[in-house]
Amino acid sequence: MFELRKDIFADERDDNLKEIGQPTQRQDMLGHVTGTSTYYDDHRIAGLLHLKVLRSPHAHARIRSIDDAAAARAPGVKRIIRAADVPVNLNTLLSLIQFGKDDEPSLANDIVRYKGEPILGIVATSERAAIEALGLVRVSYDQLPAVFDVEEALKPGAPSVNATYPKNTFEYHGKYDHQKLRYGDVEAGFAQADVVLEERYQMSPIEHAPVETNGSIAVPDTNGRFVVYTSTQALFFSLDTAAKINAVPSNQLHFIGGTVGGGFGGKVDTMTEPLVILAARLTGAPVRYRFSRHEEMQFGAPRGAERIYVKDGVMRDGRIVARKVRAYFDSGAYTRLSSYAVVKCVAHIPGPYTIPNAHADVYCVFTNRTPATAMRGFGVTALDFALECQMDKLAVAIGMDPIEFRILNAYRDGDMKAHRREAKNCALIECAQVAAEKANWPLREQFRRMSSRIGGGADRTAAGVDRSRAPTPAAPARTAAAAPQRVAYERPAPPAPTPPPARGAPPPPPSPPAGSTHGAPRFSSVFGTRRR
Amino acid sequence: MAKHRGRGVATINYPIGMNLGGDPSQALVHSNPTGKFTVTLSSIDLGQGMKSVTRQICAETLGVPVEDVFVDTADSDTGPHCMGSFASRGTHRVGNAVMMAAREARAVMMEAAAEELEVDPADLETDGRGAIHVKGAPHRSIAVRDVAIAAQFRQGRTIAGRGIFLVPLSDVDAETGEMTPATCYAHACFIVEVEVDDETGDVAVLKMTSAYELGRALNPKLVEQQLVGGSWMGMSHALYETPEPYYPDTREGPRDFNEYLMPGPGDICPHDVAVLERPASDGPFGAKGLGEMCANPVLPAVANAIFNAVGVRVNELPITPEKVLRALKARGGAVPARAR
Repeated sequence: MFELRKDIFADERDDNLKEIGQPTQRQDMLGHVTGTSTYYDDHRIAGLLHLKVLRSPHAHARIRSIDDAAAARAPGVKRIIRAADVPVNLNTLLSLIQFGKDDEPSLANDIVRYKGEPILGIVATSERAAIEALGLVRVSYDQLPAVFDVEEALKPGAPSVNATYPKNTFEYHGKYDHQKLRYGDVEAGFAQADVVLEERYQMSPIEHAPVETNGSIAVPDTNGRFVVYTSTQALFFSLDTAAKINAVPSNQLHFIGGTVGGGFGGKVDTMTEPLVILAARLTGAPVRYRFSRHEEMQFGAPRGAERIYVKDGVMRDGRIVARKVRAYFDSGAYTRLSSYAVVKCVAHIPGPYTIPNAHADVYCVFTNRTPATAMRGFGVTALDFALECQMDKLAVAIGMDPIEFRILNAYRDGDMKAHRREAKNCALIECAQVAAEKANWPLREQFRRMSSRIGGGADRTAAGVDRSRAPTPAAPARTAAAAPQRVAYERPAPPAPTPPPARGAPPPPPSPPAGSTHGAPRFSSVFGTRRR
Repeated sequence: MAKHRGRGVATINYPIGMNLGGDPSQALVHSNPTGKFTVTLSSIDLGQGMKSVTRQICAETLGVPVEDVFVDTADSDTGPHCMGSFASRGTHRVGNAVMMAAREARAVMMEAAAEELEVDPADLETDGRGAIHVKGAPHRSIAVRDVAIAAQFRQGRTIAGRGIFLVPLSDVDAETGEMTPATCYAHACFIVEVEVDDETGDVAVLKMTSAYELGRALNPKLVEQQLVGGSWMGMSHALYETPEPYYPDTREGPRDFNEYLMPGPGDICPHDVAVLERPASDGPFGAKGLGEMCANPVLPAVANAIFNAVGVRVNELPITPEKVLRALKARGGAVPARAR
């Protein structure tokens, strides 16, 4: 079931629209359901060659020698591409926005740093011919010690994974191995707290598992240009990355994409375009490079693992007074986008709650595994898992209903967030109220009456301030709503189920303009008519 | 040995667009000579409905029917720059760029119509059905088609517009983490009911109930598609998926869908969704975005529901039957919430 709750925040919207809000059928629906939408791999091109890459069998090894003579003579093989053939072999994805240093080769030339790292490419008349020729390449390796655990990687004497970042951590602000968050005084918060809880959380990597694997086709065009059909999620991001690696002007590349069979973040890394364009340049022929499912699952970048330690201090009345987070992003062997996600994670701490003391250190750590990348919820998903499990444990520890506990601590308009920006346009409380009502999860009256729009700001959120103090008369804006926040909490008896108010019968009256509604009765199908 | 039911909750918010901003998107809008419009982008439709939502935004802003607009994406020779389809940025960033382009095109269209009707452009309005008329005098009207023909062949005007949307890049303080990560946030509360088999460790998800606040549901069907699909993905991430089942040990990595565990159709459950709309001041018609955040609350809600059902906490994802059984063994068996 799906319902739009137009009654909530109605006074903040103009609903007098024609096309917006309509359940119009998707422009591409017919193509998708009849199988006629054109994806990158639906282009039929005469004389198409196929690129496959040789991947490292070791997680960390020095390449002593490569013998590809037999592969070069194999049936159907048109060209072998070696690291030396790549014009600009070393790159980092975020160099386009001047973030981080070039640290990842398109083809490894001396050291392989993860199992599956590309070493050379073979272009052949069929995928099968290319794969069979790969089997004829002889590489001799000296294996090196490898590290797979983020905390092991930070210990003195740990194997150094990434030559650009020899200490196994990305560098922030030219001086730190992590991004900091400092707001208030967490130690004072813990000292004041009735209950302190510290827990460890771990999210393993996750595969995007798109129906369409990563791939692209490069076709030589006139004027020295190349048409590139691609599954990328970011057309110009991939174009500019491919132009840099190939050392060609960006207007030599004509990228065509736009209809993609699922991405979820796994098609930002431009893993096929640079080499397929190089292959087309070196052979003068159209070339396709597409990941097999095995490559997509093991060597296409996954969502990286994260390890998160959370320490919270909470008062018996339900207020969280301090939250301290230490987290490690497992970036794999190279940076890709994990360095960016660390900062996004720091921005998200301490979650959608107003906590006067917050502290975080978040690290981007290199290990000898497949480089990690963006995935749906990048930098936030694992943190939300940790924080929301933590919220549940805290509620149990102080004997409070888990939804009421969240509503009590939820951020409100005017609250100061830990990254020092004022919260506005908040709606966490309302979401909790509506979901609870729909699930017949009883909330007590004062929690059903709370609002994101009332009671925020002032000393509620000032860093380090003890919010249990009585409100001063100088803060009239929060006085009305402050009282229920300080309800003393004993372990509640099972609350009597409150029948949800009847919905839909009386239509809501025209909403008065925002800002003039304080204290005025207002209809809501969640709460019935009430005084705000 | 028994099956135990429990329910869990999570509340979350999610930032819209690339963290710290600095991620522009452009759009072009133009009319053909008979009043049909094309939106030209380099943005990607991953299945989320990029083309459809920008189409509706353009039609609403121009004041023409949605059938008179098509969206062309993504060709680097014709589409202007877009940072990409990620970071829940499509609706917010690209939608704003399309609005700006459509406003510019609309202004020319209204000037051309005013010239044909011999009135001031400020006195005209669109009816959203393909005509432009004098406010308060619907009989003094001209079809958009005729305006476009006049603009192209008589007046020599281009009914076209350019748009860009850029949230300026924020600094990050090295010592405190002070920054402006995002301009708006979507919100959610997710409640899930599970059944845990204390003999096998198997967790079945029985029912999902949720409330999502996302600024404005530009197309409620696309919203529903994202929220329902995203909740299944979140359920799968909570209970099934990883390419490294023994992380940080790298062995036994799955190579295909036979080895990579995901829920099947029989594991899907009813999902009761409510959507709230608190418009963002800088969103297109107030819209924020929901692409990523819809999966996030499911993971902790499932973990919390398992605790509610059997009294064990599993702090490591995914929460496989093996982990549940080990935790139950360590706990000395299932302890449902009512027995605690």
